[in-house]
Amino acid sequence: MTDIFPKPELDRRTLLRRAAAVGLLATPAVGMLSACVGSSDEGTQDQATGTKSADNPLGIDPKAGVEIVIFNGGLGTDYATKVDTPLFNKKWPEAKVTYSQTEEISTVIQPRINGGNPPDMINNSGSKLMDFGAIVKAGQAADLTDLFAAPSLDIQGKTVADTLVPGAIEQGSYDGKPFAVNYSYTVFGLWYNATLFKKNSWTPPTTWAEFTALCDKMKAAGVVPFGYAGANASYYMVRAILTSAGKIGTEQVLKDIDNLKEGAWTNDAIKQAAEAWAGIGKNYINKTFLGLRHTEVQLQQNQDKVGFYPCGSWLENEQAKDTPKGFEYAIAAYPSVTAADKLPATAINAAAGEIYFAAAKGKNPQGGKEYLRTMLSKEAALEFTKLTKSLTVVAGASDGQTISPGLTSANDAVTKAGKDIFMGYLFDTWYKKLDDESRAAANDLMFKDYDAAKFCERMEKASQAVAKDSSVTKFTRS
Amino acid sequence: MRHGKYPFIIGFLVVPVALYAVFVVWAYIQAFYLSVYEWSGLGPVEHFVGLDNFRKMWDDTTFWQSIKHNIFLLVFLPLITVVLALVFAFLLNVGGGHKGGVTRGVWGSKVYRIIFFFPQLLALAIVAVIFGRVFGPDKSGMINGLFPESWSPWLFLADERYAMGCILVVLVWQAVGFYVVLFSAGMGNIPTEVYEAAAIDGATRVTLFFRITIPLLWNTIQVAWVYLGIAAFDAFALVNIMTVDRGGPDGATSVLSLMIYRNAFEFSQAGYASALGVVLFFLTLTFAALTLRVTRRESLEA
Repeated sequence: MTDIFPKPELDRRTLLRRAAAVGLLATPAVGMLSACVGSSDEGTQDQATGTKSADNPLGIDPKAGVEIVIFNGGLGTDYATKVDTPLFNKKWPEAKVTYSQTEEISTVIQPRINGGNPPDMINNSGSKLMDFGAIVKAGQAADLTDLFAAPSLDIQGKTVADTLVPGAIEQGSYDGKPFAVNYSYTVFGLWYNATLFKKNSWTPPTTWAEFTALCDKMKAAGVVPFGYAGANASYYMVRAILTSAGKIGTEQVLKDIDNLKEGAWTNDAIKQAAEAWAGIGKNYINKTFLGLRHTEVQLQQNQDKVGFYPCGSWLENEQAKDTPKGFEYAIAAYPSVTAADKLPATAINAAAGEIYFAAAKGKNPQGGKEYLRTMLSKEAALEFTKLTKSLTVVAGASDGQTISPGLTSANDAVTKAGKDIFMGYLFDTWYKKLDDESRAAANDLMFKDYDAAKFCERMEKASQAVAKDSSVTKFTRS
Repeated sequence: MRHGKYPFIIGFLVVPVALYAVFVVWAYIQAFYLSVYEWSGLGPVEHFVGLDNFRKMWDDTTFWQSIKHNIFLLVFLPLITVVLALVFAFLLNVGGGHKGGVTRGVWGSKVYRIIFFFPQLLALAIVAVIFGRVFGPDKSGMINGLFPESWSPWLFLADERYAMGCILVVLVWQAVGFYVVLFSAGMGNIPTEVYEAAAIDGATRVTLFFRITIPLLWNTIQVAWVYLGIAAFDAFALVNIMTVDRGGPDGATSVLSLMIYRNAFEFSQAGYASALGVVLFFLTLTFAALTLRVTRRESLEA
């Protein structure tokens, strides 16, 4: 009969012998401990420096190479390869620019930062962007004070700071020091099809009553009056609500939110804005939008199935491939909510976006900053606008140019607003958990319970939880 | 023992064991190490906080929601998948009855066997994107598109009551094929004499299934249950790609693995994420150990 239960080959002696053998094998594996995370020995590498002069205000080494990484997204990468790099090399022909692009910045760059060999200039953008606040806190972003104090590349007699729109530098500043160049200037508002509106003789509203009346007309014509994508872009709705709140109570309301002040979210301005928008959600939005992605809702707008869409001025470029002939993007400022709004109806929320920064521990941070100075020249800014149909923070770079209907409309809105332009809020980049909560709360407000009080309380609770959480780095703005 | 057997074996094992030790075992040890630190994921690890991360977890409502959803998957995924796989495997192997001394499956079972395995071949991310469209909440979604015009569209993933159910459906769809093959292999080992003897005694297909197939397949079912339970603790790819705002309408589909990912890479709280990882590790281990213990039976030799 065959052995059903074979005698085990392992006895005590063999086991101990084999365990010792494994232990011996493990010793070389200890050498692989350098795969350890967070190694404290960081030894700064030699960084390229040159002599400062009037022509070389940042003191770069003209022969040292510069490595740049660009995010390949809605703005593409042509502006870097076809405009900025040639312009940079025109002035510094011996400095070789090593260019690479990626769609996942944090996947590619974060390990290099942790490993101590980051590229020199990084475009921190996209859905996989790195937490910039954490990067600043870890000392990995270079201080850009010298960049903004340097003279502009092609605008005579002005420093870089002087050539930018107001608020641009502040947006990239943490605790008073600038660490990021926010390059593109985005105008936010209600986007619509000017052709469709002209056909139906609809005019963009300036008061909330006009807004709801227009929504009724649109609904009767079979167009969904207002829509946004709940599945992945509910932060567009958060911006709509907070912009309205900003118009009711001035930007101070939003600054309080950013500073995690107690009671910031239960402020009357926020409550009124939330109530007004909840009304729109209740009557004019299509319930299925909660499950749709932004490209789907935007496509429906291109098919004239959706009227107003809250977005920023990148919208036109993003939909360039799908926009049918005759569709003209136009932007309307958010209508006044109450008769007692502190800011006029023309007030607009425009903010600089698209972070570009120089890595502090790269091989050539000054070279990275010089590349940024090139991007901030008037010529580079104009070409950027032509290629991406997006304004830049270089003031007046594209004045007098007709590039596309959406861009012209955005430029008009900025001019009409005059000095009533406010930057908005920063908590969505500073405190990711609060940003997350605001997205869920906005979806709830617009699709589920239309309860403004609940929205405010929920955000207030989350805001205070972040304020008390010592593991989160805090920032302030004035 | 043959001379030179051990150096031969060790020579082949060195590299895989080293890789496993570095990338799996060492990673687990590092997770335990990081879970007692407060670390953002960037820069050096320096802020020791002891069990604070675990205390934070205890008070975190999202954590308990995620555990609830994981347990929902843990209960239903193995149950439904194993039942379906057993039924299909039985039909494919024994369901056609007894003809000419050979037990066979239903007509066409050779083709079915191949088709059932297709879902396993698709990458999970692709499955997620496809089912995202199948469950589309407006008329352009596949299921909604098949409904008559007058029905208002079902919200599926946008509906917080049913979003988790949709995830479960996709997980079952993908998993059944593999377990059909697994159980078919197991059934192949059951000698046909047993089936014949039972058939002679007048057993119906149902009796054959419950009295012969299941007891003899018990070990395989046990293993399948554990594997599916471990998969239920994962579900990361589907939830990340398919759901509204990653985590469902307001946390209605949040799962533990997604929480770990978001805390580590989006909220810059790698220490907290590691603590969540430690909890996941123990939960999975406990589940596996319990399942194997509870379902233990004497192994039968055929």
